[in-house]
Amino acid sequence: MDHQVLTAALFLAVVALTLFITIRASRQTSGAADFYAGGRSFSGFQNGLAIGGDYMSAASFLGISGAIALAGYDGFLYSIGFLVAWLVALLLVAEMLRNSGRYTMADQLAYRMKQRPVRTAAATSTVVVSIFYLLAQMVGAGSLVVLLLGIDKENTLAVSAVIAGVGALMIVYVTVGGMKGTTWVQIVKAVLLMVGSALIVVLVLAKFDFNLSELLGAAANNSGKEGFLEPGLKYGIDLTHKLDFLSLGLALVLGTAGLPHILVRFYTVPTSRDARKSVLWAIGLIGVFYLFTLVLGFGAAALLNTGVGSDVASSEGNLASPLLAEAVGGGAGSTGGAILLALISAVAFATILAVVAGLTLTSSTSVAHDIYNSVIRKGQATEAEEIRVTRYAAAGLGIVAILLAIPARNLNIAFLVALAFAVAASANLPSIVYNMFWKRFNTRGATWSIYGGLISAITLVFFSPVVSGKTAVTPDGETISKALFPLGVDFHWFPLENPGLLSIPLGFFFGWLGTVTSKEPAAEERFTELEVRALTGAGAEQAVQH
Amino acid sequence: MTSDISPHDMAARHDPVYDELHASPEFAELKRRYRGFAFPATAAFLVWYLTYVVLSMWATDFMSTKVVGNINVALVLGLLQFATTFLLAWLYSGYSTKKLDPLARELDDRFVSLAGKASHGRSEH
Repeated sequence: MDHQVLTAALFLAVVALTLFITIRASRQTSGAADFYAGGRSFSGFQNGLAIGGDYMSAASFLGISGAIALAGYDGFLYSIGFLVAWLVALLLVAEMLRNSGRYTMADQLAYRMKQRPVRTAAATSTVVVSIFYLLAQMVGAGSLVVLLLGIDKENTLAVSAVIAGVGALMIVYVTVGGMKGTTWVQIVKAVLLMVGSALIVVLVLAKFDFNLSELLGAAANNSGKEGFLEPGLKYGIDLTHKLDFLSLGLALVLGTAGLPHILVRFYTVPTSRDARKSVLWAIGLIGVFYLFTLVLGFGAAALLNTGVGSDVASSEGNLASPLLAEAVGGGAGSTGGAILLALISAVAFATILAVVAGLTLTSSTSVAHDIYNSVIRKGQATEAEEIRVTRYAAAGLGIVAILLAIPARNLNIAFLVALAFAVAASANLPSIVYNMFWKRFNTRGATWSIYGGLISAITLVFFSPVVSGKTAVTPDGETISKALFPLGVDFHWFPLENPGLLSIPLGFFFGWLGTVTSKEPAAEERFTELEVRALTGAGAEQAVQH
Repeated sequence: MTSDISPHDMAARHDPVYDELHASPEFAELKRRYRGFAFPATAAFLVWYLTYVVLSMWATDFMSTKVVGNINVALVLGLLQFATTFLLAWLYSGYSTKKLDPLARELDDRFVSLAGKASHGRSEH
């Protein structure tokens, strides 16, 4: 059986299923709370699944298992920060945000600050983080889908069509289904992802008699790399690489709870207690999922050729999981192999769709709710007007993302995901934490911490090796650029690829500096109100009763 | 279906009921209990995670020590990061249900009776 035909059929099935869900959800959507927050009526468990669906991107599913397949232990090390990060969300952010906000990240700041400056700042940061993340996902989607369907990646028309198709689907999910549609797409994706990877994990482990040590030994042997099971293969090369990983680790741990598309998920449940439950479920799911990637990655290293020039190595690890599925299904050319390969490819496709939909909804909501209604219309826009603007914004942002992703498809932009986490940790988290816990924090502090963190992170990355100067040598001995700019352009002076080590402290510093230099009196009454509301839920937004 | 406070006049309005609740001993106790768990727990897991990262980067010999079979210290510590994350989440779940939620519900009920506003924070599903 030809696996590419089967893959294409399953892709179409995913599209049909998600569109059906979206249309169904649109029939149950009637007002702003429905459109932006799914009526606040999802259960903690449902929202936990949706958080998993929003968070476990193709970069985690294919990227982390690929990183483990190629770099062994260091790939696993990378996944841990993504999980531990959820404790910040659980302990400091989720419940309080649910109680004090409404639709966007900015709501919580606007509670005790001057509306227009803080909403403008928070919306800017939301859109910037979302666009970075979105661009990385869409370019990744383009190259992945052509890879999985076996289209020649030099075929410009086909790759562009795939990117445009993904973009068009995401616009439809958001404009038609709103938060309800998007949430259900994410729930379905999370279930597919967990079931699909569990199946491969069991098949891999069965090959090694469910003995982890044996799997690791086989992986180390087959990889042919010295120290494959020990830290250092990827990040331990020299001091710069080590500091770079520390910087990345900080951004992952502190950035997750500042990602706008994650924050808005806490508004989709009825109470802060459900927000807590959803994070608990998410921690369970995401933790188990990263344990799966451990088996998938080492399984790929043990069972596949990952040497120089292999399919796994030349796809930078992205093909490790799909090819592993084919191998445990019976190998290339077998029916079992074809079925499992197609299945895992469809899961990866669903993964991409769910993540891009969440990002688009969040950024367009912020454009409509924070910028259009609060800043431009001074809060006078009706709900219907605001939702209409959200739909336009989603279509606009989607089209911009498609138009940017098509020319960027052959550029090295994988750093954008790490940059999104760094911006979230440097710009968003300081303002959220200060706002909740520091009485004196004020408007200038909030805007300075957001702009300060945002500009620091972006400036440092602009002058880092990922934008100019990073090179690699191909198996043929040719030197190629691994940076955004082509070979020969090199204006980098910041040595690290990840800015977090510097930009996160800068974000906190600017928040402090802005606060203490401002003459604005602290809104003490409003802080009292925020504290009571955040901790008790008194006066918090209610679920929609249908 | 949503609250009657429009986002734009929020910063100007203030409900005095909140001051009353804020001044109550129950709220002071709730805040003390919440911070007494959340702050040390956050500090602890951040230190533990950073220790693990620093060991992975700068103590590779120690991390490469074999424990059993092909399983080395690095892998054990990595899996322990998973275990402690699950454990802390589970501990907070129990603590918040027992120590925080009853006080929060009581204060929310008081808010509803004093302010005469419906609040969803207290209802069950």
